[in-house]
Parts: sequence; structure tokens; C-alpha cells
Amino acid sequence: MNCIIIDDEATARMIISQLCSNVPSLNVLEAFPNAIQAIKYLNQNHIDLIFLDIHMPDFTGFDFIETLKNPPKIILTTSDPNFAIQAFEYDCIVDYLVKPILQKRFDKAIQKAEAKVSKVLKDASAKAEKVEVTSGNDLYVNIDRRLIKIDIPSIYLIEAKGDYIQVKTEHKNYTVHSTLKKIEIKLPKDLFLKIHRSYIINVQKIIDIEDNSVLIKKDVVPVSRSNRPELMKRLNLL
Amino acid sequence: MEQPNQSYINNLSGDDKVFKQKLIDVIKKEFPEEKQVYFDYLNAKNYKRAADSVHKLKHKISILGLEKSYDVAVSYEENLLEGSTDQKEAFESILQIITEYIVEI
Repeated sequence: MNCIIIDDEATARMIISQLCSNVPSLNVLEAFPNAIQAIKYLNQNHIDLIFLDIHMPDFTGFDFIETLKNPPKIILTTSDPNFAIQAFEYDCIVDYLVKPILQKRFDKAIQKAEAKVSKVLKDASAKAEKVEVTSGNDLYVNIDRRLIKIDIPSIYLIEAKGDYIQVKTEHKNYTVHSTLKKIEIKLPKDLFLKIHRSYIINVQKIIDIEDNSVLIKKDVVPVSRSNRPELMKRLNLL
Repeated sequence: MEQPNQSYINNLSGDDKVFKQKLIDVIKKEFPEEKQVYFDYLNAKNYKRAADSVHKLKHKISILGLEKSYDVAVSYEENLLEGSTDQKEAFESILQIITEYIVEI
């Protein structure tokens, strides 16, 4: 993890650097005597973790956190244990170390930070993957050992039929050995909605809605009571 | 009266004598500066800033293993924030002990 140290006390900066040097996964890039200098640095560099002193004259550690739009993970370092409750109001703060800091306690804080940083990376990668699925316009389905490409926006209805699903498009219908649950996660959420335990529809293809059913192309599809509120939310009602 | 020690510094330094000496040098340089800032604010009756200085000095007190003195500093910092100089003498005698100690190390 790339990290920086912000502390107005030279002794503290030196001690934290030494504690960091005993942890192979940490790479201390800079140490700053005040938060203002650190803000300039953060605008140009990617940092995973900050060791931040709370009690600094003029511009405190909390003032500093408030200025950051997307703060990295932060470990607070302080001589004052009374700020602990306030500290945990911030999601970016992973731990709170009271000076003088011992290596054992420091290592524990790093373990917490590593877990949080790796979660952030994992979430970011999952998000990227999700975008990939939803941004693509094609879905490949396995029919008789052939992978057949279906243009996602052309799908208007998917119906569960036992161990199969029937995918209806503007041009053709496909019967696929799969489940609604499996196909649902492959479809863009802004376009498709499950309106019944056996039906997923493309909301852009709706012709009209009457009571508890939707007319979509030539199909009349039931809407379950529990799914109706979500369907109504999706409609641009006058 | 409680006496300073290098237990924390030794623990932190391990076998790294170069780091230990560097740390001691930084403390020797920084402590008198912080102490002077404290006296300047106190003489100017700027108790809020004097309390900030005490807060900063607390770290040096703890690094030098002065556990009871640390408690005195905590109380004195709180007093200053309330505009009182109670425990001033006790705190300043700690500063004097540290001053004498760092000359020797």
C-alpha cells in the first residue's frame, strides 16, 4: 500500500516511518508537517493510506478529511484518546492509534487497513465487470451445443417454463435450458424488470398496463402484487 | 520524582543504532523548540495555544517513558483549555527533568 504521513511533529513522523519500515507491504511515499501540503500532493498522486495526526494547529486532521472528495483509507494518530468516537463517524477511517504507538498495535491497524483497501479494489473490479455485462448489447445462449447470439435490446419477454426459459425477441423465440435468476443478472437493470416469478419484461416494449397485467407485443403478462410497485416506479407517469 | 528512560526508543529501534541516534537527535532538536513555544504562549496568556503546545509535548513525555508525568500533562492541558494554570509548576518541573536528561543522552 502506498501511504503518506501527516504530522506536525518531526519525532512522530520519524517514528511512524520506522513502524512502517517494519511492514513489507507499506511504501511510505512522503511525510508532511501539515495538511495543506498533503492536499496538494494528493491532487497529483494516488495514495491507499494516510497516517493522519488529528491535533494540528490551524488545520486539524478532521478539517483535512472534510476537504477530500474521495478520501483514501486513513489511520488516525493522536495523543488524545478522546476523539475516538468522532473518528468513527468517517467511513474512511480504519483505525485510531494513540501515541506512543507500539509495533504490535500498529501491525493490527495495518491489517485492518489492508482488508479495507482490498475490499475497495474488489468492489471496484466487480463494478467494472457489471458495467461490462450491461454495456454489451449481446447475450450468448447455449442451444443444442451452439452458442447463439441474441441482441439484448430486441428481447421483449422472458418466460420461465420448467427447467427452461423462453426468450422472446422481435425476430425469433429461443428456448434455453436455464433459469430466470441466471438470465436476470446478465441483463441491464435499467431495461429489464421481473414482474412475476415466471416473467421478465423489457420495460421499453410495454404497450399498455391494465390492472394486474401488461400487454407487451402480443403477449399479456401477469404482474404479481409484490412486483407491481417497482413496475410503477419505472413508468414515466403523467 | 519519575525519571525518563529509553525503553520505548529501544523497543522501536531494535538493533538499528543509526535510527536510534537519529531519533534522539530529532528529540533533542525539537523538544527545546516546543518548550519555548509553550513558554511564549503562556507568557502571552494565550492559554488555548499553550494547551496546544502541552498537547504536542505530551508525545515526548510518553516517548521518554514518563507515565505519571503524562497524566499531569493531560490534566494541565485540560486546565489551560479552561483558562486555568493549575498544575503549571508540576508540568514545568517535568520539562526541566527532560531538559536535563536530553543533554546527557
